[in-house]
Amino acid sequence: MTVQIRSSIRFLLNHRLVELSAVSAVQTLLDFLRLDRNLRGTKEGCAEGDCGACTVLVGRLLDGRLKYESVNACIRFVGSLDGCHIVTVDSLAVPGGPLHPVQQAMVDTHASQCGFCTPGFVMSLYGLWMENPKPSVTEIEKALQGNLCRCTGYAAIIRAAEAVSVIGDLDRDPLVAERVTIIQKLEGLKDGKRVEMGEGAERFMLPASVDDLADIYEAEPKARIVAGSTDVGLWVTKFMRDISPVVHLSHLDELRRIAVDEAGITFGAGVSYTESFPLISKHFPQLTELWNRIGGQQVRNMGTIGGNIANGSPIGDTPPALIALGASVVLRKGKVQRTVPLESFFIEYGKQDRQPGEFVEAVRIPFLDENARYAVYKITKRLDEDISAVCGAFRLIFDENGKVSDAVIAYGGMAGTPKRADNAEAALIGASWTEITVEAAMEALANDYTPLTDWRASADYRLLVAKNLLRRFYLETQGDEPVRLDRKQAV
Amino acid sequence: MNVMQPIDRIRGGVHENERHESGHKHVTGTAEYIDDIPEPAGTLHAYLGLSQRAHAQILSIDFDAVKSAPGVVGVLTADDITGENDVSPAHKHDDPVFATDKVEFHGQPIFAVIAETRDAARRAAARVKIEYRDLPHVTDVLEAAAANYPLVIDPLKLERGDITAGFARAKNILEGEMRIGGQDHFYLEGHISFAIPGEDDEILLYSSTQHPSETQHMVGQVLGVASNAVTINVRRMGGAFGGKETQANLFAAVAALAAKKYRCAVKIRPDRDDDMTATGKRHDFHVGYKVGFDDDGRIEAVDATFSARCGFSADLSGPVTDRALFHADNCYFYPHVRLRSRPLKTNTVSNTAFRGFGGPQGMVGGERMIEDVAYALGKDPLEIRKLNFYGGEGRNLTPYHQTVEDNIIGRIIEELETSCDYAARRADVLAFNRKSNIIKRGIALTPVKFGISFTKTEYNQAGALVHVYADGSIHLNHGGTEMGQGLYTKVAQVVADEFQVDLNRIKVTATTTGKVPNTSATAASSGSDLNGMAAANAAQQIKARLVTFAAERWGVSEKDVAFEPNTIRIGAERIAFSDFIKIAYGSRIQLSAAGFYKTPKIHWNRSEGRGRPFFYYAYGASCSEVSVDTLTGEYQVDRTDVLHDVGKSLNPALDIGQVEGAFVQGMGWLTTEELWWDAKGRLRTHAPSTYKIPLASDRPRIFNVKLAEWSVNREETIRRSKAVGEPPFMLPISVLEAISMAAASVAEYRIAPRLDAPATPERVLLAIERLRRAAKNG
Repeated sequence: MTVQIRSSIRFLLNHRLVELSAVSAVQTLLDFLRLDRNLRGTKEGCAEGDCGACTVLVGRLLDGRLKYESVNACIRFVGSLDGCHIVTVDSLAVPGGPLHPVQQAMVDTHASQCGFCTPGFVMSLYGLWMENPKPSVTEIEKALQGNLCRCTGYAAIIRAAEAVSVIGDLDRDPLVAERVTIIQKLEGLKDGKRVEMGEGAERFMLPASVDDLADIYEAEPKARIVAGSTDVGLWVTKFMRDISPVVHLSHLDELRRIAVDEAGITFGAGVSYTESFPLISKHFPQLTELWNRIGGQQVRNMGTIGGNIANGSPIGDTPPALIALGASVVLRKGKVQRTVPLESFFIEYGKQDRQPGEFVEAVRIPFLDENARYAVYKITKRLDEDISAVCGAFRLIFDENGKVSDAVIAYGGMAGTPKRADNAEAALIGASWTEITVEAAMEALANDYTPLTDWRASADYRLLVAKNLLRRFYLETQGDEPVRLDRKQAV
Repeated sequence: MNVMQPIDRIRGGVHENERHESGHKHVTGTAEYIDDIPEPAGTLHAYLGLSQRAHAQILSIDFDAVKSAPGVVGVLTADDITGENDVSPAHKHDDPVFATDKVEFHGQPIFAVIAETRDAARRAAARVKIEYRDLPHVTDVLEAAAANYPLVIDPLKLERGDITAGFARAKNILEGEMRIGGQDHFYLEGHISFAIPGEDDEILLYSSTQHPSETQHMVGQVLGVASNAVTINVRRMGGAFGGKETQANLFAAVAALAAKKYRCAVKIRPDRDDDMTATGKRHDFHVGYKVGFDDDGRIEAVDATFSARCGFSADLSGPVTDRALFHADNCYFYPHVRLRSRPLKTNTVSNTAFRGFGGPQGMVGGERMIEDVAYALGKDPLEIRKLNFYGGEGRNLTPYHQTVEDNIIGRIIEELETSCDYAARRADVLAFNRKSNIIKRGIALTPVKFGISFTKTEYNQAGALVHVYADGSIHLNHGGTEMGQGLYTKVAQVVADEFQVDLNRIKVTATTTGKVPNTSATAASSGSDLNGMAAANAAQQIKARLVTFAAERWGVSEKDVAFEPNTIRIGAERIAFSDFIKIAYGSRIQLSAAGFYKTPKIHWNRSEGRGRPFFYYAYGASCSEVSVDTLTGEYQVDRTDVLHDVGKSLNPALDIGQVEGAFVQGMGWLTTEELWWDAKGRLRTHAPSTYKIPLASDRPRIFNVKLAEWSVNREETIRRSKAVGEPPFMLPISVLEAISMAAASVAEYRIAPRLDAPATPERVLLAIERLRRAAKNG
């Protein structure tokens, strides 16, 4: 079957349909809004997806359902927005008209000082309000992990978030009240065609389907596949790299599917952290905290598990945890699929077991054995929205005599790739699960890793913490006393 | 009985919880920042080319690839400077706009590319080829001292009493040292300047500057034109915190040079990485101290040296290191004292003003001495604090010979100690730590006393311009800049109160050197004190004319003319404000006035280290409780209680916002915000991905912030209020000390924990390990 080609992208921007027939592969949404459309309510604070001043909402359809999510416009490519609805702060209140409830709440509680971060906070809180009209303080903080404010100390912003539902009626919100119409408009933009635009360094493509993606990528194995652009976005905004030709994935519903069977869960490579969270936290409650501490909400809305793996970062948010679970990667080239264990996918720094033209199609996570004990610990300078200094993941199976029958330990931040601790595992397997055994395994970690010193942590700290995390894991199995901070809900 | 008639109150007068004047614009994205201003057609964009070496001679620069890049119009170097290649605010001629033959830090500007778009300029700047010859470099303050690096400016010594005799008398003497990290401002809006050339030598600049007058003078100096040719305009900044006091000057100068050279509007906005690499930060300090004390913990003598990483030039390092010394006593009387500053040159970006201006580093050093004394004696640090507070016969003189006359720290501490239940909670913490092996807790209650006034006496002046238009609307302009602190709101409240009109009758307009000249930086927490007074003065001049006019016209005595809410009462008659103004205009009464204010009483002799540098002090205290994971060094602030003194608040809601915000910002400085240079002298924490300021989830889990509502400034400040910008920044010293206590628990509190700042999880864990080893060894 031949694929039909369209050479424009179409999306809703606030209340208007926009069709662009000339747009560069590296055109960011933020620059498009500010420079091309003169919509200057959305601000640039960092251009790397960390401060949230550029937060906008992007509505995407999946199986007829429309969900609005906060995203960082600074690292979101315009080319990826075909078929989406983009909502910016400029559209929330009519000039001279009443403020939107989120805006009114922010004004009432004195939640803005310099005001530069404020549009981003408004949009993050708007996204939260639509999903969760009466959030707890912890839920508010989670929604605001990707929004930095340097003036207020946040207390007033939290008060604003709590006040939104008191002064506003969600059912009367335009994006809620007009949802059916908007869905119809967005459905109308779907024509099943492949999008191809631009030339040279500006060239990008939106495959019509996963099969089409396979064809495109096999034909052009040097193309850059971009899912959430939470890392590749920075290659452009920070390093001004030429990433062409770009192949976007985020519009492919097929890659956003999740399949659960008796043995585990298979996540399509385009499933975002946010989309995977309900099933992850249900089946792997030990991963809840890790998932909640990946980037900020905007990054979790954009970033995908598949992208996190294919990217091959030495730290990796999810790989240590998934390696310890025995996860595998489904790779595809053309019509050929193969499955490789995740741990062997990472070969060395910057190198993965991926052939030219081969892409990550899905990630398969097996359920834990009933007698397995599993934990993941992420250690960072700042609790939230920070990259691990060390991330340790542990899965141990004990036999009926209390001996360790199997041990899988993986760390991020300790080597050029997320890597298993072979020596430590060896020290545990077959041994009794005692403090002496654990201390031997802790010592063995020194033979597993030679970590680096950098701005996140010194080599000494990394090794010391890696050892202590194993001790933490042990102490948690003993259950005598709290060995982790009780992350209390703020009042 | 004589019953007072109830009189309506104006809306938005002083002491009211008025909203920020731009709040509704912030939330809708319609508050205009400089990058939001529509650009005239043909606007060009500048982008800086930065040094890739920490210290090197420049052998050659090849601009061919830069100039041939798409969209490039030209390149600016020092050769294009028509005036002086210098923006040194200290007038030391050590702060070039563009480096010429030598670079002195990694990130120093060497040239600027001018192009049709910002993206084109930025891409082109990266194409330069520069040949360097490396020179030895030093980034660390102690290494700089060891390498005999010079001081960037004359040091200060404060001395009182006889320390030799003091130490001889002291039963106990301890010595110690501490490192205190710097801090990036991380204002959300980065630096920006937008220049529009005018006729002849004239130029208009929109600049993100806290100090429009200095920016005006610096642009004039660099262009080689008089100040009257340069107009600086600042409506608002997206945060500043001191980072835009002098650091805006370079960007303004580059935009101005380019605008004049190419005869069109030019905008310059560095990206976040360049902003953090090429502009100054809070000074890192090393404090070496010796303290003598008796067995109760009463201090006899203090000898301390504060060495600062100043960077490659003087900038404001002189007054910053001075202020560190001014605050090394915090609330404590030192009978014999010698404090010395060492403002050391390093091959790093020139450090600059940052909220507190050296005061926080001085105070952290002072509090560390108290903490050490307490651990040496096995006592609660709070007990040592109370013992040493200023107060009592002969115990009110600071190391700089100013008498503390307005001391209220005793009452603040007493009230906070009670309201936060300090004693019982400390007992709980100690009990918890006895049974908990991994998680440890700490609690600390620390005071703040902060001196208010610029130590450079001439800065303590301000101007304002008030117009009353014939329709009764009021236009207010003053020399202070709005960076989020709510200055425009507070000053407008003052003017509303003066005229007794509703706040919405007053429009505050963008700060501009064309309306109010020779202004001081909006810094040193002085914005409302100075500009509020100047605006009140302008309003009073107009009012005086109106009163004279009304008395004459209506034939009443001047004392029978009164400004009542939105009304003028003349004898028995009441006239609406706008009607009265219309009449006054018709009678040719001048309805505009320039106001002025200078702070009284202050004087300072730096060479003698004596004087009264501060008009008054602001006080506060906080109590923080933390939990620390002794396996990883991670921690959480479980609870903080704050009681802070703002005198009689002009606007309690805004002041609470300042206190909360300062606390969290100060907590970030002392905990997770770490500046990290690599061996090549490159700052590697230069973006939010690597430099971690607090998030909402880092707030204390319980955060009770209260103003000392009973406090009234004993000095005649604007409506008896006190400055609020900087003093609360030092409240979170309690967090650092509480973490220290949790760490100290692993050695049964017998060893002073000596935790350096910032107390990252790594520093906390390594301190715990050190304490464990020390406890084991003896």
